[in-house]
Amino acid sequence: MNIIVCAKQVVDASEIKIDSSSNKPILEGIPKKISDIDKNALEEAIKIKEKHNGKITVVTVGSADAKERIKELLAMGADEGVLIPYPDKYDYHIVSTLLAEAIKKIGEYDIILCGEASTDLFSGQIGPKIAGLLDISQITYAQSVNAEKDKVTAERNMGEKSVTSESSYPVLITVTKEINEPRLPSLMQILGAANKPINEWDIESLVVGLEPKIKTVELKGVSMDRKNIVFENNLDDSVGKLVDNLAKDGVLG
Amino acid sequence: MVLVYSDNKKLTFELLSKGSELAKDLGKKSTALIIGKNDDLLANEYISYGADNVFVAESDIDSFKAEEYAEILEKVINETGKDTILIGSNKNGKELASRLAGKLNAGCIVDCTNIYLKDNKITTERVVYSGNAISVEQFNSKPRILTISSKVFEPLKKDANRKGEIVKKKIETGKSSSKILKIKEAVTEDVNVEDADIIVSCGRGFKNKGDIKLANELADVLKGRTIGCSRPIAADLKWMSEDHWIGLSGHKVKPKLYIATGISGQIQHIAGMRDSGVIVAINKDPDALIFKSADYGIVGDLYEVLPKLTSAIKDKMS
Ligand SMILES: Cc1cc2nc3c(=O)[nH]c(=O)nc-3n(C[C@H](O)[C@H](O)[C@H](O)COP(=O)(O)OP(=O)(O)OC[C@H]3O[C@@H](n4cnc5c(N)ncnc54)[C@H](O)[C@@H]3O)c2cc1C
Ligand SMILES: Nc1ncnc2c1ncn2[C@@H]1O[C@H](COP(=O)(O)O)[C@@H](O)[C@H]1O
Repeated sequence: MNIIVCAKQVVDASEIKIDSSSNKPILEGIPKKISDIDKNALEEAIKIKEKHNGKITVVTVGSADAKERIKELLAMGADEGVLIPYPDKYDYHIVSTLLAEAIKKIGEYDIILCGEASTDLFSGQIGPKIAGLLDISQITYAQSVNAEKDKVTAERNMGEKSVTSESSYPVLITVTKEINEPRLPSLMQILGAANKPINEWDIESLVVGLEPKIKTVELKGVSMDRKNIVFENNLDDSVGKLVDNLAKDGVLG
Repeated sequence: MVLVYSDNKKLTFELLSKGSELAKDLGKKSTALIIGKNDDLLANEYISYGADNVFVAESDIDSFKAEEYAEILEKVINETGKDTILIGSNKNGKELASRLAGKLNAGCIVDCTNIYLKDNKITTERVVYSGNAISVEQFNSKPRILTISSKVFEPLKKDANRKGEIVKKKIETGKSSSKILKIKEAVTEDVNVEDADIIVSCGRGFKNKGDIKLANELADVLKGRTIGCSRPIAADLKWMSEDHWIGLSGHKVKPKLYIATGISGQIQHIAGMRDSGVIVAINKDPDALIFKSADYGIVGDLYEVLPKLTSAIKDKMS
C-alpha cells in the first residue's frame, strides 16, 4: 500500500508574543514544529503500513529548515521525504496545488493522509482541496480508520453525530487528534533516519505560472491582558478573597 | 452575484443577511441555494430572510457527501454565473467549500469573522495563530469562496412581504466512490455555551466522570450557569457531549465569568474563551499555563477548592 502524508511545519502558536508598538504578532524566532495533528496522520500511516506493507512518503511545502522536521518524521517511520520550497508569494491555492502536483509526480498512491487542520492557521482546507484537485474521494475528520486490501472504512467525528464511511482507493483522509497517540522514535530510529532520502523538488518542476488567489492585507495582533492575581496559601483565605473580588467585579449574578 | 448555501437553515438566514447586504452594496443580487427536494416553504422563508432569489438544485442524493455536493455547486455556479459563494462553516460546509475551491481553482477563506467592502473589494477577517492574530485578506480573483460560522452575523428580521423568484432545476451528479455505512446520532445535552453568562469549565484534572458534579454544584449556585469542558473531556473521554467543548476546535464563548477548573491552559483551549469577561483558574500546579490567561487563580486541588468555593458563593449571594 502506498501512503502519502502531507505534513506542515508551523510556528508554535503558544510562543507568539504581540509587539505592543506595532500591534503585530512577532513570528520570527519562534520555535517551529510539525503541526500536531500531522503526526497523528503519520502514525496512522505507519499502522496501515504495519498491516499491509508498502511505502510512506511525507510531503511538505515549507522553508529550508523544514528539512529538520522531515527528519523527525522519517525517524518516526516514514520511508521518504519530499520538500518543496514556498514560493515568494503563496496562499492556500498555491500550497494545495503544489501538494497535488507533487502527489501526481510521486504517482502511485492509495491513501493520502492529512491533519484535520493545521495548528497555526487552523483552516482544514488543504485536505479536501487536494481531493478536489485530484478528483478523488475524501473522508474527513476520521477518528478511526480500518484499511483493508481494496477499501477503507473510517468513523468520522461530525460533532453531533458519528458517520461511518467507506471508500475504495485512492482516497484522501483527514484525521483528528483523537485517532491515535503518535509514537516517539527510538535513538536507533533517529540515527537510522539519516540514511533515508529527502528529495527537494523545485516549484518549476511541478507547475508554472501559479498566482495566489488571496492577498493578506494585514496581520493584526490580538493581545490578552489579564490581572494574573493568584492566591496560593491558605485555601479558606484564598476562596474568601476570590469571592470578594468576583463580587466587586460584579460578575456573581 | 452572491450565492448562499448551508444545510443548516438558521445559519443560512445569518449568511443571507450578510450576503444580501454585500450584493446590494455592489448593485447585484443574492441567491439562496437549496439542494435536494423542492421545498417551496423553505424557499419562501429564505426570501423572507433577505434572499433576492432562490435556486433549487433538485437531486435524489439522500445524504451529504462532499464529492457529490461539490459537483452540484460547481454546476449551479456555472448555470447562474455567481462569483461570490458564501457557505455555512459547519463540518460539512467546510469540507464542501474547500473541495469546491480545489475543483474550481478558486480562492477560499474559511471561518470569516467579518466581511466588508474596502476600496470596493470584498475584504475578510479571520482568526489565526490560536487567537493571537487576525488576518485581513482580499481576493485577487473570482470565484470567491467564503465560509462563515454560526453566530457571526445576525439574521435580518423576517419580512413575509419580500418578493423573489424561485428557480428549480434538476442537477445530475456522478456517483462518488465513497459510501456512508452508518450514521450514529450522538447524545447532545442541548447546552448552549455560546450564549451562557457564566461558565464553569472542566478539564482533565477531574479524575472520574461522576466528579463533574462538583462543577455542576458550583454552576448551580451561580446564575446563568452552564458547564463547559476542554477537548479531551468531550473528544477522548466522552464524559460530556460536544456541545460543551470550548476552544479552537470547539465553541467560542464570551461569558462575563469563566471558571476553568483542572484545565492546563493550552493555547487551543484559550482560543475559545479568551474574550470572556473575568477568567478564574483553579489548578493544583502553580506553574500551570492557565494562570497566565486568568484574572484570578487559586492554586489548589479542585476536589478541595470547588466545594469551598460553592459554599462561599452561596453565602455571599444569600
Ligand atoms: C489542532 C488542535 C486543536 C485543539 N482544540 C482544542 C479545543 O478546542 N479545546 C481544548 O480544550 N483543547 C484543544 N486542543 C487540545 C489542547 O492542546 C490541550 O491538549 C487540551 O486543552 C488539554 O486539556 P486539559 O487542560 O483538560 O488537560 P491537561 O492538559 O491534561 O490538563 C489537566 C490540568 O489539570 C490539573 N490538575 C490535575 N489534577 C488536578 C486537581 N486535582 N486539582 C486541580 N487541578 C488539577 C493539572 O495540573 C493540569 O494543568 C487542541 C489541540 C490541537 C492540536
Ligand atoms: N505547507 C504544507 N505542507 C504540507 N502539508 C500541509 C501544508 N499545509 C497544510 N498541510 C496539510 O493540510 C492539513 C490542513 O491544513 P490547513 O488547511 O492549514 O488547516 C494539515 O494538517 C496538513 O496535513
